[in-house]
Amino acid sequence: MPDSSPTGPLRAGPASSAGPAPGHAVVVEGLVKRYRGTEAVSGLDLVAPTGAITAVLGPNGAGKTSTIECCEGLRRPDGGTVRVLGLDPVADARRLRPRVGAMLQDGGLPSTVPAAEVLRHVATMYAHPRDLGELSERLGLHAFARTQVRRLSGGQRQRLALATAVVGGPEVVFLDEPSAGLDPQARLAVWQLVRELRDQGTTVIITTHQMSEAEQLAEHVVIVDHGRAIAAGSPAELVGTDDVVRLAVRPWSTAARPVAPAEQATALAEALGSATGAPHRVTVDGETLEVHTAADPALLHAVAGWAAHAGLLVTSLTTGRRTLEDVFLDLTGRTLR
Amino acid sequence: MTRAAAPLPRRVAAQAAFEMRTVLRNGEQLVITLVLPVLLLLVLTRTSFIDLGTDDRIGLVAPGILALAVMSTAFTSQAIATGFDRRNGVLRLLATTPLGRGGLLAGKCLGVLALEVLQITVLAGVAVAMGWRPDPAGLAPAALILLLGTAAFTSFALLLAGTLRAEAVLAVANLVWVLLLAAGGVLLPVDLLPVPAGHVALLLPSGALGEALRSTLTGGGLPISSVVVLGAWTAVLGTATARLFRWS
Repeated sequence: MPDSSPTGPLRAGPASSAGPAPGHAVVVEGLVKRYRGTEAVSGLDLVAPTGAITAVLGPNGAGKTSTIECCEGLRRPDGGTVRVLGLDPVADARRLRPRVGAMLQDGGLPSTVPAAEVLRHVATMYAHPRDLGELSERLGLHAFARTQVRRLSGGQRQRLALATAVVGGPEVVFLDEPSAGLDPQARLAVWQLVRELRDQGTTVIITTHQMSEAEQLAEHVVIVDHGRAIAAGSPAELVGTDDVVRLAVRPWSTAARPVAPAEQATALAEALGSATGAPHRVTVDGETLEVHTAADPALLHAVAGWAAHAGLLVTSLTTGRRTLEDVFLDLTGRTLR
Repeated sequence: MTRAAAPLPRRVAAQAAFEMRTVLRNGEQLVITLVLPVLLLLVLTRTSFIDLGTDDRIGLVAPGILALAVMSTAFTSQAIATGFDRRNGVLRLLATTPLGRGGLLAGKCLGVLALEVLQITVLAGVAVAMGWRPDPAGLAPAALILLLGTAAFTSFALLLAGTLRAEAVLAVANLVWVLLLAAGGVLLPVDLLPVPAGHVALLLPSGALGEALRSTLTGGGLPISSVVVLGAWTAVLGTATARLFRWS
């Protein structure tokens, strides 16, 4: 069971310390990046499994973009190592560029050039680019092919930038916030393209601050905060496979003596044990009590009965599996967005 | 399958053509690269508002127009385009493609040269139609000077574009263009300037370029001082650019 302790099994760790493992298209170890004395990345580790979608998830300012830019060879690390396809993105840039695609967060599209010409131009840099007609069709670029980049909407720019990132048919593609500013329909088109890239064997690394994107798209998720990877694993591993009932309570009477959550957990476990006739494990996560079991009507009745008996008001109660949001909250004590 | 880049010459040529199309598509850029020089050529040759101290007005004006065209393309236009490309992340995006940073720079330089060939063809064509007869012996040295001037001004453009904010690049590049046009010895001979300004202008890339073109194309030979001045500016500005240029 994943817990909130930073030494728990989810800690992004030395899984890659043996060097560029064959199964990992991207291996970052102990990455440090500073800007004028401020440390944006402080010893970050991450791996991206070959042929899978990896999401780098974290709040704005967590160091996601700096990390990706080091992987793209756009920034030189101040410490640690970065390997993409076993190569150094800075020293081996010439060999890597034909094999790696990039979608930058700020777009990087020339503002006075028509959309179709931007894509055609980037395509000429590759010996065997993808079919432009098919790619344009897929991402709906035909509708604004002759429009200058500066007149495109945010979503149109995102799609054009995505097209330029994949036009070379890369083995590894880095997408920095690929669905920022997209309407739901365009987001689905982007996700579908990303999944197809993965199905064709491309390794995809996306950054996002949206949990839903990471949960629905990625096989591997790395949670980043304050310039470090604080957890990594599949979405299922991160949220855990166990069902859990989470509840928060407060004394109903304002005069009541406050009770420590740990005491409440013990009391709740005893109450549930005698009410249902089976032992229950109850743990504390901050102020929240977690009952490690699948919810059923009898259990919730027993929970409510315990609370009423103890003079407590249940202020929130959720059932089912945790979300990445819960995991992030557990790890950092803060909400993701 | 291992992905391959297009061959280097094709990448650089594609970037050069891309840069050239971007300039030619842009109305303001066309005015500064072609329309304005043609107008100046007509006005300065056909009118006598400015006393050039010679009867062969076109012989003096045409080389100055060529120098101005080089300055506009290699410096002002290039500085502004690169400054905004840098702000918009275009330089970074292209650096992640097989073009790379080196190919991007090579493409920019080739694009500038290609645009200059177009400008010089048009402007020299108009001048010849108006009766300009440059000294044939001066054509090869003039081409050398044009190349040197391009090197110096392109270095200056990249230095500005790689160190200042885009809006500042726009302001500075335009201001420098106007100042050098007025008092830099580019369009009109430095002896028409007041004494201290004229001496200073000779040491500027604009004055060195303008004077050397006027000298070679009117049969005066190649002034070594101009070659030295342009070479020195290229070395200083090129070194500064290599050290200070920021890609983002």
